[in-house]
Amino acid sequence: MARHWSLVTSIKTAVGASGLLNEDTPSSEGAAADTFPKLLLRNAEQLASHPAIREKEFGIWHTRTWSEVKSEVEQLAGGLLALGFERGDKLLIIGDNRPQLYWSITAAQCLGGIPVPTYQDAVADEIQYVLEHAEARFVIAEDQEQIDKVLEIQEHCPLVQHLIYDDPRGLEKYSTGSDRIHAFTVVQEKGRQYLDKHPGFFINSCQQGKGVDAAVFLYTSGTTGKPKGVVLSYDNFVKTARSGIELEHLTADEEVLAYLPMAWVGDHLFSYAQSYCAGFCVSCPESAQTVQQDLREIGPTYYFAPPRIFENMLTTVMIRMEDAGIIKRQMFHYFLAVARRVGSDILDGKPVSFLNRVRYWLGEWTIYAPLKNTLGLSRVRLAYTAGEAIGPDIFSFYRSLGINIKQLYGQTEAAVFVTIQPDGEVFPDTVGKPAPGVEIEIQDNGEVLYRSPGVFLEYYKNAQATRETKDEEGWVHTGDAGYFDQVGHLRIIDRAKDVGKLTNGELFAPKFLENKLKFFPQIKEAVCFGDNRSFVTAFVNIDLDAVGNWAERENIPYASYQELAGHEKVYSMVNDCILQVNKDLTADPKLASSTIHRFLILHKELDADDGEMTRTRKVRRRVIAEKYAVLIDALFEGQGVCHVDTEVTFEDGRKGVISADLEIREISSAA
Amino acid sequence: MTTRTTPCAGSEAAETEVILDLDDISLSFGGVQALESISFDIRRHEIRAIIGPNGAGKSSMLNVINGFYHPQKGTITYEGVVVKAMKPYHAATRGIARTFQNIALFKGMSTLDNIMTGRVNHMHAGLLAQALYIGKNRREEIRNREFVETIIDFLEIQAIRNTPVGRLPYGLQKRVELGRALAAEPKLLLLDEPMAGMNLEEKQDMSRFMLDINEQYGTTIALIEHDMAVVMELSSRIVVLDYGRKLADGKPDEIRHNKDVIEAYLGVAN
Repeated sequence: MARHWSLVTSIKTAVGASGLLNEDTPSSEGAAADTFPKLLLRNAEQLASHPAIREKEFGIWHTRTWSEVKSEVEQLAGGLLALGFERGDKLLIIGDNRPQLYWSITAAQCLGGIPVPTYQDAVADEIQYVLEHAEARFVIAEDQEQIDKVLEIQEHCPLVQHLIYDDPRGLEKYSTGSDRIHAFTVVQEKGRQYLDKHPGFFINSCQQGKGVDAAVFLYTSGTTGKPKGVVLSYDNFVKTARSGIELEHLTADEEVLAYLPMAWVGDHLFSYAQSYCAGFCVSCPESAQTVQQDLREIGPTYYFAPPRIFENMLTTVMIRMEDAGIIKRQMFHYFLAVARRVGSDILDGKPVSFLNRVRYWLGEWTIYAPLKNTLGLSRVRLAYTAGEAIGPDIFSFYRSLGINIKQLYGQTEAAVFVTIQPDGEVFPDTVGKPAPGVEIEIQDNGEVLYRSPGVFLEYYKNAQATRETKDEEGWVHTGDAGYFDQVGHLRIIDRAKDVGKLTNGELFAPKFLENKLKFFPQIKEAVCFGDNRSFVTAFVNIDLDAVGNWAERENIPYASYQELAGHEKVYSMVNDCILQVNKDLTADPKLASSTIHRFLILHKELDADDGEMTRTRKVRRRVIAEKYAVLIDALFEGQGVCHVDTEVTFEDGRKGVISADLEIREISSAA
Repeated sequence: MTTRTTPCAGSEAAETEVILDLDDISLSFGGVQALESISFDIRRHEIRAIIGPNGAGKSSMLNVINGFYHPQKGTITYEGVVVKAMKPYHAATRGIARTFQNIALFKGMSTLDNIMTGRVNHMHAGLLAQALYIGKNRREEIRNREFVETIIDFLEIQAIRNTPVGRLPYGLQKRVELGRALAAEPKLLLLDEPMAGMNLEEKQDMSRFMLDINEQYGTTIALIEHDMAVVMELSSRIVVLDYGRKLADGKPDEIRHNKDVIEAYLGVAN
């Protein structure tokens, strides 16, 4: 017996050390681990003392191993069961990335239920829609803020029976004497009591799920209409996660920071599915404001961020370098130029002259390494970006520093991966080649179709939308227009339905133009109009950080966004940006007609709270076209000034009105 | 910063024991009568507001309570003991902490260090031990740091833990100052215009913190504040001062309908 034990332990250690997991012969049953509950059991066995999740609390990182995670999940599952959770029940999860909330996902899955992670910044109405639509009876929320939102709408959601909170602050009064509101720890305590009486329940329950079962509902933010609940199976995520792990050679020793919304498919794949499949550790930041510091402390090896985060990082660096001493600043600019010339080639393993290698090495030593350290990107082996087009300058900046950042194209409906850029074939303007197991077809109208193991089961309770999106053979309509270039890389130009025509019959791809504008650090958002019109016009949102800093240096006083946005010099600056975009456009005969003729700078920032953008910060064209109809008309009718009253929603839910007289500019090279 | 729903009215201070009793307090500076025979009490666990127009003597009142000024007349009874000629540091050791109308922080020090200074009364090791970070001091410092971290978490200022206070915006500096006062684990917390110069969102956050402090730590709070909406929603009882005299004293509802108060604030023409 003793001999047998020591053998097992040594195998475990070997597994832990090499970071490889045994996929085919896991736990007791001998069946492949095809669900997250089974993967949890496998990890708790094979990687028992390997870190699984980490959280910073009270200034200290607390680490839980896989076996600890298993016992946490087990207790929670027991507690939920004791509260009456049944197979097929939905569990709504709202909050920032917290270990407890990740455990809640698994606990629901262990009980044969379905977790429904929800955006933490959703307002009460949005939560109400999801609650009602998913018919959730249980809610686990991070704190009082989230609990309050649910309580606010509880009369409209009679199905909701139990509310569980993680952070007890301010909530003690709520839960005393209530049989509906429970503390997370209290539920776990109930679970321990349940487990004492039913020792075998957890393992049994975990083994019951199958790969084809629905694993999670992810509500898409929806650029149009109400959100749709995308039903994804265990197979979708487990297979996609594994092919990603294989392609990029991920191991159990990766470090990941989970800071993007849990309701977003990317976080579910990178911080949950891949962590369970590969066994690597996921760290949860202390708070949403400390992400940058936590990133630096953790030093992730595998990192994902939408383009705007890479953009913000770069903007911050550039702004701070402006304030640095002259020697530092000159060194920074000199070595950045070196990196721009040779950095990407070195990363891709292309030949680079000896002298340039020495220069780059010096730069690494004096500038790049400290900079990467400050940004928390020192150890990044693999970084992905997706969701929006990334500016070529920004993309090249990170690659030239030796950070292997790659673009991918994905969708919630595909459990993320549709295409990925392979190592050594990374270009700023493509989204790469089909991911393993993915087939792609381009329709005549340019729409991209795909079929893969990650393709979702259905939209929950919306058979019509399911039929419209997925045909019988499993091909999914992305709604995006794109084409394959000469090297076999996919390029996405716009949403297929947004691609319009100018009155002269030329193609008008608004997003393509907007992205070109947004690549300027001064421009945060842009919305272009031109479908069925004779020329193109644009709304612009300036970036308050970048332009504000510039204004400070130029001694331009301003009190608010509105005031800065309306400033003469800011208008001239934006004019110059557009002029440059127009120059690029004229170079391409297909787009020459899309040059922007007139523009205005909006008096307020486009905001998700006002319904102008989705929670993932995508512009909602229809809403904007309706809300600002006056301004659009003025743009096309040639007025010089236009008055507008706009209703805005403040963060506390109150509404107010902003009025402004906006100047409309004709693009001129003289300005 | 997160947004929360409007705070509910302060804890219904049942008739708890009196923690601080001020009886017939008069204070003058030369010929200026700052306070004129003012009497009121503060009960344990309540949020007590002191309001009044500019120059009414509100700050002087707080200064009397924490021993910065000594009244010429009257008695102060704190926790059942009559205190005479109390110095501010006596007040501190007895569990009275305060924040100031004008922020009084160490600008060059980090948020963490500023709040740590609030723990000074909980550090007992000698100079040498402190300098060398050994023995008793080491344990003490770790224990105190843990406590300070709970305050940082409580006030949601993790992101500025290591930022020098001088670089922070005003609203956050106010919060750090509150953190330092809390670090002393006070029984009675005196807040001098905690929300002056704040925007609506910051005010809501600050209100929430005050209610949470009151509830979670059981701290009695006496506050001076100009924003009537805030005062009415937060406090259990309000005392109104005008030109150094007590104008009214009672629950928010009573104060709201008090004729004298309305006159003093709105300046009704004779």
